[in-house]
Amino acid sequence: MADVLAVTEQRGGALRKTSHEVVWAARQLADAMGGKVDALVLGAPGVGAAGAALGEVGADRVLVAESATFGKYAPDGYAATAAAVVKAGGYGAVLVAATATGKDLAPRLAAALDAPLATDVTAVAFAGGKVTATRPVYAGKAIQQLTLDAPVAVVSVRPNTYAPGKAGKAGAVEKVQPVEIARVVVREVKAAAQGKLDVAEASVVVSGGRGLKGPEHFALIENLAKAFGAAVGASRAVVDAGWRPHAEQVGQTGKTVSPQLYVAVGISGAIQHLAGMKTAKVIVAINKDKDAPIFQVADYGIVGDLFEIVPRLTEEIAKARAG
Amino acid sequence: MKIAVCIKRTPDTETRVRIAADGVALDETGVKFILNPYDEFAVEEALQRRDKAGGGEVVAIALGPDAAQETIRAALAMGADRGILLQADKVPTDALAVAKALAAELKDGGYDLVLFGKMAVDDCNHAAGPMVAELLGLPCVTAISKLELEGGKGVAEREIEGGVEVVEFALPAVLTAEKGLNTPRYPALKGIMAAKKKPIETRPAALGAARVVVSALALPPERKAGRIVGEGPDSVPELVRLLRTEAKVL
Repeated sequence: MADVLAVTEQRGGALRKTSHEVVWAARQLADAMGGKVDALVLGAPGVGAAGAALGEVGADRVLVAESATFGKYAPDGYAATAAAVVKAGGYGAVLVAATATGKDLAPRLAAALDAPLATDVTAVAFAGGKVTATRPVYAGKAIQQLTLDAPVAVVSVRPNTYAPGKAGKAGAVEKVQPVEIARVVVREVKAAAQGKLDVAEASVVVSGGRGLKGPEHFALIENLAKAFGAAVGASRAVVDAGWRPHAEQVGQTGKTVSPQLYVAVGISGAIQHLAGMKTAKVIVAINKDKDAPIFQVADYGIVGDLFEIVPRLTEEIAKARAG
Repeated sequence: MKIAVCIKRTPDTETRVRIAADGVALDETGVKFILNPYDEFAVEEALQRRDKAGGGEVVAIALGPDAAQETIRAALAMGADRGILLQADKVPTDALAVAKALAAELKDGGYDLVLFGKMAVDDCNHAAGPMVAELLGLPCVTAISKLELEGGKGVAEREIEGGVEVVEFALPAVLTAEKGLNTPRYPALKGIMAAKKKPIETRPAALGAARVVVSALALPPERKAGRIVGEGPDSVPELVRLLRTEAKVL
């Protein structure tokens, strides 16, 4: 019997969607381990209010560490605070979302706790008295099963893989002491353009490739993404050509994504690209070459000129979503 | 400026993955190995910083089998001054075991800066850099796409979902490189020739206990065969219908 700690993430005092996912994942794991779930919320004074809703997705207790230095991500302080909570609490596992913040925090925490780490997992379970994890490696070209052989394990969970349900736990809020060390300081967060979704977290992604023929034609992709309420992605070819920022790159040297819907436009489907998006629930491909490898992984394909198809699709999707 | 760059030998990103007979490892038959692409950004940054400082040393450190000497040579060919190979038959899956060996090597090295790629393209862990920093008690910024260093202090930028964090730190520090930090140079023939004469020390890696055990490695489930809905814009309404009624994603 061991408890599970879910380390949540907030921005501007509001919990991120992945925080609910990670608490829900912790709930499933704790039920298998016969333990309780504590959710840790770190933030500026007053952040505790945001944690109150975590009982609904499975937190028995919500531990709140408030500090004037915790408003923005504080790598060292967050790691030290979480480590102190784990050491005091006798947990069997610590779960973190594998976001930009979580990918930074989880290794620090594992090192501070001298605990084994499994990153970016798509499933975490308990078998034979040990925490086990399933995770993509080689950017999704293979799936690895891991056993974490230690009293406490640290696991980062891929966004969009655990869809939170209702657990109806108490979620009693308790304060815990922040540990305020800071070897690095996040001075500011420059926000991206209003309403811009991140490709790694969006539930729909529309990606463009070399078939667009030039950066100026990416407006087609942006408009289609807007119609879907999707994030914009890009292939390595167009990022390397400087048409699009690296933050949008999907594939083995970019981001690995698992959205509900992935729309590939003018992307032929190089191995390293397929590796990064093959776990999408539904894949749509639009390409002029009917033999393009992208059609081998696509659920639905349209062969033809994207410059004719995409505007039509944009119109139809806007209509479908409005009605 | 004395800079360490921790690099890894990884399969080429174009590798078609096959599983070895043991069912837990990659079948390396015919696989081409390269310097991990993210580590190229780390090596490039180290070279630029050394040259800007008007001197110093760039030490390329790899942990792995003897074949990883080739990986070190690739960094030396780009312009690193010397190499260290921490020998291990294979790189453990346990990132903390690797980080402990690297930390032991780096501890008394007197480095002003320790650079890593943000992740290796094989295990995709993003872990070794920040773990080493934690073990050594050093400041660390991960996945940086911009860096300014001045008088022992630094400011780095890292992309987060929907924004960019601007992070301040003091040297010595550990930084991990994101694509876009710089444009890695191609080694010139002169560099490749010079690399052959540069020293590589080898010693056994002081690996920590491996507590992350791979119980299985498998190919991902094949996707169910899809279908071509049609050709040209006239097939759009049918696609939208399928997305709505069959795939239920609208």
